[in-house]
Amino acid sequence: MEHSPPPFFKTGPTPLARLLIFSALSLTLLVADARFNYLTPLRQIAAAIIYPLQRIATAPASIARRMGDFFVTHSSLREESARLTQERLANAPLLQQLKALQSENRQLRELLAARERVNADARLAEVLYAARDPFSRKVVIDKGLQDDIKAGQAVVDTRGVVGQVTRVYPWLAEVTLITDKGQAVPVQNLRSGLRGVVFGVGQDGVLDLRFMPLNADVQNGDQLVTSGIDGTYPPGLPVAEVSDIERNAEFMFARITCKPLAGVTSYAHVLVLAWHREAPQPPAETAAQPKRRKGKKG
Amino acid sequence: MALRPPQPHEILLPVKPGFIAATLVFALLANLLPWSGVALWIMPDFLAVTLLYWCIYQPRKFGFAAAWLLGLAMDIGDASLFGQHALAYTLLAYAGISLHRRVQMFGIKHQVLHVVPLLLLTQLAMLLVRMAAGADFPGLTYFVSSFTGAALWPLLVIVLELPQRPRLDPEHPAI
Repeated sequence: MEHSPPPFFKTGPTPLARLLIFSALSLTLLVADARFNYLTPLRQIAAAIIYPLQRIATAPASIARRMGDFFVTHSSLREESARLTQERLANAPLLQQLKALQSENRQLRELLAARERVNADARLAEVLYAARDPFSRKVVIDKGLQDDIKAGQAVVDTRGVVGQVTRVYPWLAEVTLITDKGQAVPVQNLRSGLRGVVFGVGQDGVLDLRFMPLNADVQNGDQLVTSGIDGTYPPGLPVAEVSDIERNAEFMFARITCKPLAGVTSYAHVLVLAWHREAPQPPAETAAQPKRRKGKKG
Repeated sequence: MALRPPQPHEILLPVKPGFIAATLVFALLANLLPWSGVALWIMPDFLAVTLLYWCIYQPRKFGFAAAWLLGLAMDIGDASLFGQHALAYTLLAYAGISLHRRVQMFGIKHQVLHVVPLLLLTQLAMLLVRMAAGADFPGLTYFVSSFTGAALWPLLVIVLELPQRPRLDPEHPAI
């Protein structure tokens, strides 16, 4: 089959030995990555190497999208413009009130000596592709370390919270969607003010509002917004709408299913919010503890 | 040059390493395309199939190190655990290299029957890794891509061998 003579004497390690070596290497990487998160620099390097390929692979789709934007019909543009004007008119009084309310809010907060709400800094990013991994729900966006994106920042679209940046590469970032299994968002019921935590269950379009008592004041159609107590999501962003409530006396908690408001699978552009909330000062006791222990030992 | 399946004992030109590299980069690109919706779970793992092809047909020119590195690249592109594809592709390379004499003896139809379990094994390895790391079973549709990958095999066998076919020289016709 080949022209070169088979190397009779020099073949290197046997395939089985090589299999063992490379499997051991892979397992080491897996454990180091999954358990200890040691591999960030290594990942950064590998990501930088395959970045051009990722851009080439996603270029046709994003070019097609831009071409689609270019070839819109006159009538659809006019319709959209009319709709936007109407929306603006409808929103104008609300916006004017907002200014007054903001200043009033600031004064009230000053009176109460409460901390001010910080406006988040937003950055526009394009969704390049949905990650192929069937075990998790992630999308990849075209902004990364170079654009000051940091892990933990919230990602929203025009309708609500999409997810959270979980891994940052030099020019790209991975966003875990709120529908990913176990992804938690602290929320507040807009109608009753009740606080809770919404969890993703690993299915598109379904969220779980967990640990709500059976008699909790939750109704179908209630809007849930972020409460901001986690310091990750700025307060007041729409997250989900309650779609189904099951109160069964056999269980401790009610089963409350919600529908995410953001187009969690269908978007081209998203906003990454850089919102930093200063953590409250830790109690002084924690600093004193180690000293005491030392004293006991010595 | 006719598009016919390769004959079992045809003498071929040596394959150029650049060609192997080009096909693998191309397969990696195909994997990184922004697939979505139904296409996402139907689409085969192009890289795994191409890699298996080179392991079976050129076991001396393609080996574990390349398979492992390509696996790492796939892990970044896929946003999966670092090392998951690397482990799966290493297993695939081992299976391909140790079975290459046997598989080459068969015709294309029977080769496909060998490819399906090998690709399933690759996916099973990834499934076990992810379930050990705490993920849910994604449903039986997860395994569909093994079968679509195997369906790609006949095309791959014919196309990837074209550059190695000896060119028929009109001035010196074959005897």
